[in-house]
Amino acid sequence: MDAPGNGTLRDTMMRDKSKEALAESLSAPRQQPAARGEVAVEVDGLNLFYGDKQALNSVTLDIERNKVTAFIGPSGCGKSTLLRCFNRMNDLIDTVRTEGEIRLGSKNIFDKDVDVARLRRQVGMVFQKPNPFPKSIYENVAYGLRLAGENKKSVLDDTVEWALKGAALWGEVKDRLQESALGMSGGQQQRLVIARAIAVQPKVLLLDEPCSALDPISTLKVEELIDQLKADYTVLIVTHNMQQAARVSDYTAFMYLGDLIEYNETDTIFTNPGKKQTEDYITGRYG
Amino acid sequence: MNHPDTTAVDINRRGAGSFGEWYASGAPWVWFTGGAVAISAILVVGLLLLIAVRGLGHFWPAPVTVAQYAEPGQPARPLIAQLGATETVSAARLESAGIPVDTDQPFYDRRLVKVANRDVYGSDFRYLLDQWIVERSFPADISVFERLEWGDLFGTLVSVSEAGNRVASGDSAWAAFEQRHDRARDLYAQIEHIQDGEIGKVNYALEQLRLQQRRYELNDAFTAARKAEMAEKRTELDARYAELQAELNELQERIERDSITVRVQTGETVTVPLEEVVRGYQPNAMGLGEKIGFYFAKIWEFVSEEPREANTEGGIFPAIFGTVLMVLLMSVLVTPFGVVAALYMREYAKQGVITRTIRIAVNNLAGVPSIVYGVFGLGFFVYAIGGSIDQLFYAESLPAPTFGTGGIFWASLTLAILTLPVVIVATEEGLARIPRSIREASLALGATKAETLWKVVLPMSSPAMMTGLILAIARAAGEVAPLMLVGVVKLAPSLPMDGNFPFLHLDRKFMHLGFHIYDVGFQSPNVEAARPLVYATALLLVLVIVLLNLAAVRIRNRLRERYRALEH
Repeated sequence: MDAPGNGTLRDTMMRDKSKEALAESLSAPRQQPAARGEVAVEVDGLNLFYGDKQALNSVTLDIERNKVTAFIGPSGCGKSTLLRCFNRMNDLIDTVRTEGEIRLGSKNIFDKDVDVARLRRQVGMVFQKPNPFPKSIYENVAYGLRLAGENKKSVLDDTVEWALKGAALWGEVKDRLQESALGMSGGQQQRLVIARAIAVQPKVLLLDEPCSALDPISTLKVEELIDQLKADYTVLIVTHNMQQAARVSDYTAFMYLGDLIEYNETDTIFTNPGKKQTEDYITGRYG
Repeated sequence: MNHPDTTAVDINRRGAGSFGEWYASGAPWVWFTGGAVAISAILVVGLLLLIAVRGLGHFWPAPVTVAQYAEPGQPARPLIAQLGATETVSAARLESAGIPVDTDQPFYDRRLVKVANRDVYGSDFRYLLDQWIVERSFPADISVFERLEWGDLFGTLVSVSEAGNRVASGDSAWAAFEQRHDRARDLYAQIEHIQDGEIGKVNYALEQLRLQQRRYELNDAFTAARKAEMAEKRTELDARYAELQAELNELQERIERDSITVRVQTGETVTVPLEEVVRGYQPNAMGLGEKIGFYFAKIWEFVSEEPREANTEGGIFPAIFGTVLMVLLMSVLVTPFGVVAALYMREYAKQGVITRTIRIAVNNLAGVPSIVYGVFGLGFFVYAIGGSIDQLFYAESLPAPTFGTGGIFWASLTLAILTLPVVIVATEEGLARIPRSIREASLALGATKAETLWKVVLPMSSPAMMTGLILAIARAAGEVAPLMLVGVVKLAPSLPMDGNFPFLHLDRKFMHLGFHIYDVGFQSPNVEAARPLVYATALLLVLVIVLLNLAAVRIRNRLRERYRALEH
């Protein structure tokens, strides 16, 4: 799907509206797409600071279960930072401080009594570059299970097979499960880390620019996979590639300088964006 | 408007062959840098060649020359000797030494000759003027006998006797000698076995019994039942001892039966009991094949036997064993310690002024002279800790110290402290090189920090730890100075590892190749005999270090292959 933005008339109209739209976006307490299913994750007034510098400004949104939600925006807009809030990966950075709540099944993940390791088992993550462990393919997928205390060979075997099938990789690797994962191609490695993430059966899957290091064919495979994954998981994806967001996601959130500017169904965002900034970004005027 | 003439492009070399062009081409730099590499390579190869040639030549059976030594103004004296190297000496110097040289000839060649027979002449070696050694010949019947004491014996075998009665002489003597010598060596091996093995075991058991009794006494627990039990055990051991002693006496009698009589250069005859003779051979009669066989037998003796005669004869096996065991112990001690320290500094400690200071301090520790570590080891490990251990656990053997004196454990521990900085630094670098993405991958799957360290970070940084260990081994195996303070001796009565429980005796003193070089080279009463051994031992030390390093490099390469880090 191509980004819209055809016709000077609409451009002019949008420009006239822009001030109004911006004011509206800042005042709106919560942005919601029109059609709504069951909510999986609620983000409520999330502020995040790197030391003194604020990186997220009062972000509030609901994420629908079993849908793909894409975060787009120019570099440094805070979309990756937001994504890393969902499994508290930002805890690794000493200077980060957060305010507000992210509720997963009505439980605020920032509460003191949250076990971060158990949270991360519920919220899996796939990173920008494939990062398999220097272990065998089998051990990579079994890693999370072993951490959870599962050591029974039959269970591990079954789960590894199931996860690799889930990541559309089983057919390619079933004969070399004991070989090093580092011998695989980049696309295979990325699907392997997806298999590794879903092996522990998370509720939510975070994908941080999962295709940015892949060639077009591998990208296509991963995108097809994302489409299948939403049947079982709530998928959040950060991407630089607007075509990709348009192809894979059901909802799209556009962020700019730490603000959530617009959040709506993907079709709406790309065909009829409500905000001037969104329109400018998806038509390639800045970013 | 003038366009440049594009047809007249001049890209030919200018002033080909001129110095300026040669300099600009960079060729001098290639020569300069390549020369540095070449000189380094030549130095390394030259060093190895020098010690190899000087050391390995020692084991070759040199021919024995029979000659007359014709000193002017004196009757010619017969000479039976192995001729060594010559050096040029001025006549004036020789004259001042009281040698009747002709001062018209400004320089003389002086030759080092080995006349052996230290018991007859007082020393093995002497310097003779080469031109006065006349009528040289190499008769086949000249024999060399290596003895347990007094070094080699050069001469002609006159006769072989049994219990004082001559049984063979003249031409048949050599065959009789060879046959009876084999018998004597067999008996000698049996005696050695009983003395060192069997009696050694009984003595060890008796000593343990004595210490056990002392322990009971100290604890006021020496009850009548125990007393009786011990007395019984002691009687048993004493009986065993008497049995072995009787066996030994019988063997001793049998080995003393034969003796040989040898005529030396002065015409005197020397009688040697056959038990004293380690080896007899006739170098002038040997073919090339025999010589090669003899050569390798001597080298094998050198690496596998214990030293004799103040370390100038026999082998250096205990020193090889001590060196390798000490390095292995050091590795076992330093690796976990260094890795744990590096782990804390890199993974847990807050990076700040204190960590930086500690890091600088650790790096500087690597520059402290090794003898300082020796002093520290002696003062802290041996006296303070070892003394306390003796008080607490080995009170029964006091005042004789157990751990309160130098030993292989303290030596290994001292070297472990000495090599700790390199292991810490290498491990820290290895930890720093693990990509963040790999750690995040583990954490994102629900691993705690400790689980991530154990399952991912430590295995992946193991090649770096091995690099640290390789550097540590290279440094530790060559150290001598600190060891002299904490446990190395010139002659250890027993190996630090044997068949007596607990098999590894960490409190024992040990021998070390590096110290052996120093001892043989500088402390030996027989300088000329010791000199080739210095080279041979040095060669062996280099070889041992290379082998230890190669083993570690192999392990590291396998780990590297296994944990090849991702390139990002």
